[in-house]
Amino acid sequence: MAATEEHIIDLKHVSKRFGDKVVLDDISLYIRKGEFVTLLGPSGCGKTTTLRLISGFLAPDEGEILLDGQDISGIPPYKRPFNTVFQRYALFPHLDVYENIAFGLKLQKVPEDEIEKRVKRVLKLVSMSDYEDRDVESLSGGQQQRVAIARALVNQPKILLLDEPLAALDLKMRKDMQIELKEMHKKLGITFIYVTHDQEEALTLSDTIVVMNEGKIQQIGTPIDIYNEPVNCFVADFIGESNILKGRMMHDRRVAFIKHEFDCVDEGFGEDVPVDVVVRPEDIYFTTDPARCQFKATVNSCIFKGVHYEMWVDTDTGYELMIQDYDPYPVGSEVMLYIDPDDIQVMHKERTRNVFEGEMVDETHVEMLGGVFECLPQEGIAAGDKVRVETKFEHVDLLDHQEDGVIAGEVHFLLYKGDHYHLTILTDDGDHIWVDTNDIWDKGDLVGINFAPKDLKISKRDEA
Amino acid sequence: MKKFFAQAYIWFLLALLYAPLILIAIFSFTESRVLGSWTGFSTQLYANLFSGEMQESGSLLAAVENTLLIAFVSATVSMILGTIAAVGIHNLQGRKKQAVSFLNNIPMINPDVITGVSLFLLFVFLHFSQGYLTVILAHISFGTPYVVLSVMPKLRQMNPNVYEAALDLGATPAQALWKVLVPQLRPGMVSGFILAFTMSLDDFAVTFFTRGTIGLETLSTYIYADARKGGLTPELRALMTLIFLIILILLVIINVRQAKMQKANE
Repeated sequence: MAATEEHIIDLKHVSKRFGDKVVLDDISLYIRKGEFVTLLGPSGCGKTTTLRLISGFLAPDEGEILLDGQDISGIPPYKRPFNTVFQRYALFPHLDVYENIAFGLKLQKVPEDEIEKRVKRVLKLVSMSDYEDRDVESLSGGQQQRVAIARALVNQPKILLLDEPLAALDLKMRKDMQIELKEMHKKLGITFIYVTHDQEEALTLSDTIVVMNEGKIQQIGTPIDIYNEPVNCFVADFIGESNILKGRMMHDRRVAFIKHEFDCVDEGFGEDVPVDVVVRPEDIYFTTDPARCQFKATVNSCIFKGVHYEMWVDTDTGYELMIQDYDPYPVGSEVMLYIDPDDIQVMHKERTRNVFEGEMVDETHVEMLGGVFECLPQEGIAAGDKVRVETKFEHVDLLDHQEDGVIAGEVHFLLYKGDHYHLTILTDDGDHIWVDTNDIWDKGDLVGINFAPKDLKISKRDEA
Repeated sequence: MKKFFAQAYIWFLLALLYAPLILIAIFSFTESRVLGSWTGFSTQLYANLFSGEMQESGSLLAAVENTLLIAFVSATVSMILGTIAAVGIHNLQGRKKQAVSFLNNIPMINPDVITGVSLFLLFVFLHFSQGYLTVILAHISFGTPYVVLSVMPKLRQMNPNVYEAALDLGATPAQALWKVLVPQLRPGMVSGFILAFTMSLDDFAVTFFTRGTIGLETLSTYIYADARKGGLTPELRALMTLIFLIILILLVIINVRQAKMQKANE
């Protein structure tokens, strides 16, 4: 059964906090009846929390969750017509396979012969017939997972919730199970809500993908939409490989990046506007025809990856790009390259500079981000004034030792943008600082943070 | 040579530990009134014990009965309370969990005399008339921490999603507890019960302070009183030997069970 237009689940402005940590920040989303929806994101993005809100193990702090248009906030998990496949199976070790699967039916007081029929049917569905009497702990991981799926499906839920069900399996088994899950979904026609951090799994299985990060929905779309038209750098980087580059929209259908101009298909950004550009590595083509060549580059490295070769090239303008192609080009060779207008994805820049809110301590010191920073003498701004402080991405000093900085933080996320790194720093106080740097940092590095006084642009903030 | 000394040391220690028990056991097979003089092998003391042909055998049997009844009731209640408490502690987070676990350990370390006297004061303060009920309450209070301690590891071993899986499949919280949690915690609960039971059998100080003045005797208070009256009744030697044997068998059972469970987990 194909997905219909009828909504089965609606999340409306749902927020959830654990202590003072916001785990979900105003999430709204609907799920259509019969759809295979995947919540995708890195760990801690709120995807599992969303699933647990739907299953009823958690209650939202704000917002509502509707099932077929009815609010289900007050309904406990054991009365919701959903069943869950848990990450670590959560089979009952004191019961055998048959009793595990029959557990839900027995609670509903289904007649014994009916239970037997239904258990046999689901066991066949997950290709586990003849395992009825086995002790669940004697089964392999893959077999346990099949029993867990059977145990959920036997109750004929309206929605099957799956919390990273394949995470504990090895690669080969995972691929086989993906195909089986997809077929089960087709055969049964019920709605699947699937949580994973594996982007490939999401692309393979889903009708719709919901990409999440830091408690917010980044993008909702079909796998093809999400892959080809990511809305921001996070999505572009998280899904598949990509070259993410700083660019400038010259005018409609014309964009400049890596110091060259290209035709593209995007419109409506305005003229001469800074943007981010995404080009997938398989979308940069080699050519021998000088008329088609848009820019030249030198091959820097070439690695065989099975189906294709992965090459890093240095462009004639000093940028590094990743290219995937079926044919290898020798390291050191000069190549001619072009990109189809269709394959250039232009994205609005989420921000162009750091903006902090602070308060003047005295003429040459401003307090912000949980520290006191030196700044140039400010005219017309007195101690105690509320101020807005702006600084460019490249004007943040990152120091190797946390104690050398005025404040400390951690490298939270990093993007390579062809000729520099764009880092997101999470400070100890929980603020974000974005940094452009040529130095190489790793995710999780602890850094000290400082600013040169001349780089802080301070203006008075109106008390609203 | 080194091995010899290591072995000798162990045997010396064991001998030191078990000498008194062995002595009682040996002298339970002779009829002498005074402990320490051997008047020839005899099983008369055991015969007297079971036929009731000894002085005040009625009150001794009553004391044994009281002891077992108090141990059984208090260990059963401790098992239920302790299991529920362990589930609660397990679901606490971070510092709270540490604090409550710590509070749970204190009664086990606290000297019995202090527990006894403070419970005595509490019951007086609350105008509780002391007797069976107060002794049982007191035994529950020191037995429960042992149950908590033996159920906690079972909870830690358990897949955290199992309880939720039961709810997910339509079980009410009570059904999930009964059909999923309890079967998995049962080994810990049984160990806890046995521990609480033996602690209760063993107790003197707390019982002494909380039994009141209605003449309630358990085995330990009976023996204490008997010894003060002018020498231990000889039949008690036979009784102690039997109790020691029973405890030994219980301990062996617990250990074998644990070994089996560990094997099953591997």
